[in-house]
Amino acid sequence: MDLSQIDPILLITSIMVVSTPLLFAAIGEMVVEKAGVLNLGVEGMMIVGAIAGFAIAVESGSVIIGFVGAAVGGAILSLVFGILTQVFLANQVPAGLALTLFGLGLSALIGQPYAGIRPPQSTTLDVPLLSDLPVLGPILFQHDAMVYLSLFLVTATWWVLKHTKTGLIIKAVGENHEAAHALGYKVVKIRLLAIMFGGACAGLGGAYLSLIRVPQWTEGMTAGAGWIALAIVVFASWRPERVLLGAYLFGGIGALQLRLQAAGANIPVEYLSMSPYIVTIVVLVLISARKSNAGTAAPASLGKMFHATN
Amino acid sequence: MSDTAPNLLTVNALTKAYPGVVANSEVSFTIAEGEVHALLGENGAGKSTLVKMIYGLVRPDSGSMTLRGQPYEPSEPRAARASGVAMVFQHFSLFDALNVAENIALGMENPPPQRQLAGRIREVSETYGLPLDPESMVGNLSAGERQRVEIIRCLLQDPKLLIMDEPTSVLTPQEVDILFETLKKLSAEGTAILYISHKLEEIRTLCDSATILRLGKVVNTCNPREQTARDMAEMMVGETLHVPTREARDLGEVIVKVSNLSVSSENAFGTSLKDINFEVRAGEVLGIGGVAGNGQDELLSALSGETRAKAGAVHVKGKPVGDLGPNERRSLAILAAPEERLGHAAAPDMSLIENALLTGAIRENLTHRGFLKWDAVKAFADRVIESFDVRTPGARNAARSLSGGNLQKFVVGREVLQRPDVLVVNQPTWGVDASAAAAIRQSLLDLTSKGAAVIVISQDLDELMEISDRFAALNEGRLSDPRPAQGLTVDEIGLMMGGAHGMEVAHVDA
Repeated sequence: MDLSQIDPILLITSIMVVSTPLLFAAIGEMVVEKAGVLNLGVEGMMIVGAIAGFAIAVESGSVIIGFVGAAVGGAILSLVFGILTQVFLANQVPAGLALTLFGLGLSALIGQPYAGIRPPQSTTLDVPLLSDLPVLGPILFQHDAMVYLSLFLVTATWWVLKHTKTGLIIKAVGENHEAAHALGYKVVKIRLLAIMFGGACAGLGGAYLSLIRVPQWTEGMTAGAGWIALAIVVFASWRPERVLLGAYLFGGIGALQLRLQAAGANIPVEYLSMSPYIVTIVVLVLISARKSNAGTAAPASLGKMFHATN
Repeated sequence: MSDTAPNLLTVNALTKAYPGVVANSEVSFTIAEGEVHALLGENGAGKSTLVKMIYGLVRPDSGSMTLRGQPYEPSEPRAARASGVAMVFQHFSLFDALNVAENIALGMENPPPQRQLAGRIREVSETYGLPLDPESMVGNLSAGERQRVEIIRCLLQDPKLLIMDEPTSVLTPQEVDILFETLKKLSAEGTAILYISHKLEEIRTLCDSATILRLGKVVNTCNPREQTARDMAEMMVGETLHVPTREARDLGEVIVKVSNLSVSSENAFGTSLKDINFEVRAGEVLGIGGVAGNGQDELLSALSGETRAKAGAVHVKGKPVGDLGPNERRSLAILAAPEERLGHAAAPDMSLIENALLTGAIRENLTHRGFLKWDAVKAFADRVIESFDVRTPGARNAARSLSGGNLQKFVVGREVLQRPDVLVVNQPTWGVDASAAAAIRQSLLDLTSKGAAVIVISQDLDELMEISDRFAALNEGRLSDPRPAQGLTVDEIGLMMGGAHGMEVAHVDA
């Protein structure tokens, strides 16, 4: 193995690219869980976003319209989940799992005619002068707009949750839906909006895969990214800044294993491909073993059904 | 003052029916500005529904309300708050993981920025003698402090009418005094207070007038200062009260001996038990008081076997049982009924028959080589329903479908009928109406006359004084020395309970 083949600057830029879909999906799911809803359908919403964004970008010839379409597609799919769980009071766990399976099937169906096509080219956002800086230039200033949007979204989520009444209401609904209802907040409506935000974010994450990172449509191309996003939310103990850290950590392991494969590391490729998933499992075990913090981190009403009694 | 003050709220013939039950039927009353008005009634009398209509949580089927002469039809709590009606809930509508200021901001229409709000919270809390630190996490507060959060949340809106739903059920006597001072001050400033309570003595000291509800109808109005508590209780119940009688009994040998029991709590917000010592003799009732959250749940768990301690920490009839689990203790006739009815004492979605089986299997011989004897189980469940007057269409109904009071009768009755030598109950009459509560207390006393040792953990001091032979109080996981209940004064009890909880450390400068 020749580690000198791994260029640290290129590695870091590729980490940002590999992590961005995870970051989108995870920050969206975090908001959903903050509102007290456990949507296990992230994987399904991502892949539907991936094909919706791809198809719309190909048909319209615009990557931007593609991303908008992906967000709308993800939100619509999440609304199916939302109506099932919030209006018809279906259990959130099977409904979320069903959403994943449904999304995988639906995307495969829609994607039939799009296999093997190249999407319209996306441009990177070259900031004049800044992007020419050595080292920092390629790392910070030569990405596509979506990378910056994902970082902006994390910052905005952090700010809204910490400093605005909207954020306080979302947290209140997730913490104690009975009390929030008693204070006159519309629990179901707030949760539906949060679910749709989560769906839109997952859709963007999926479209980032099919339009920028790969860029191509293949069936099942999310390959478990949605599950990793769910793990990141728990890893982050429902905090936006830690979601960023988690997404870059998990994405970083993914990027690194690709580089190691390319560098001809003396380990079977399968082990390297497994590594992000193994890390996910290990991290989840470590976190749930940390008993002292477990009681305070998760929103207290997470996954519970809410039915207004009067 | 109610003679001269103008009317604030007039409730005119409000009616609200739910499927199968009329919660309120043609209820009318008026509250004057600055008046403290009591709403009295048993469980299920319709008090909660009535105040929910006033607060906009429930819409009346018919009838009308006027507030300061204007028609008043709140469609949601927000509208009620905008009209100057505020409410302090019986089960606090607070968020454990948020801090005091955030909790208060959630109850306001246009909360100022956090820093400014924190300043106003300090200001109001000092004016009304309700010390509170805006930065502290609500999950770490005592029940009394939590109630202050609710009250300050209401006061910041400058309400004209403050509704209080059983505000004193979780407070020490000293905290009650502080609350009453606050309420009197508010009333003197012209804020009307609608005060819901079972506690007649409180109503007599605090309230200017009272409306008494029974089965959804107004049965009487009175001036509580001119009535005896007993008269009001009888108006409420509509029959003569049966007060438990205590037969003179000889105390037998020591049955339960707890020595140096220390258990750390499994819950992040729980209280650890520290070095608890007491003895209970055959035929004796030990009453354990204390403000909620001072180790009551943990003590019950340690006695029932849900949490295990060192073997020698608990002796029953000379046998060390501290490390035995619940079923092993049941087979030794040590039984317990925890406070939380749904989810702890009973499995909500299982039928009463199945719930009877869950704790009765061992003592009542309801299994045979691992198979269930359903006929015997059904008979046992029916016996509980029959003896404790549990009102349900039948034993096949889910525990969840019973009202709180009826389920309480079931879970206490289920243990009492298993002929325990030791019975530990937490809040045996919580949410049970006066006559059923008397029946439950009587059944506990009957047990002692058969030689059982009974430990009653409760927050209702009147109840403890009524049935206990000796009294002790829990404070932050420590148990005071048990003292004979007879002759204890309220002040002494308050001191045993740890004084006004958190009053001295006012944190106002934090």
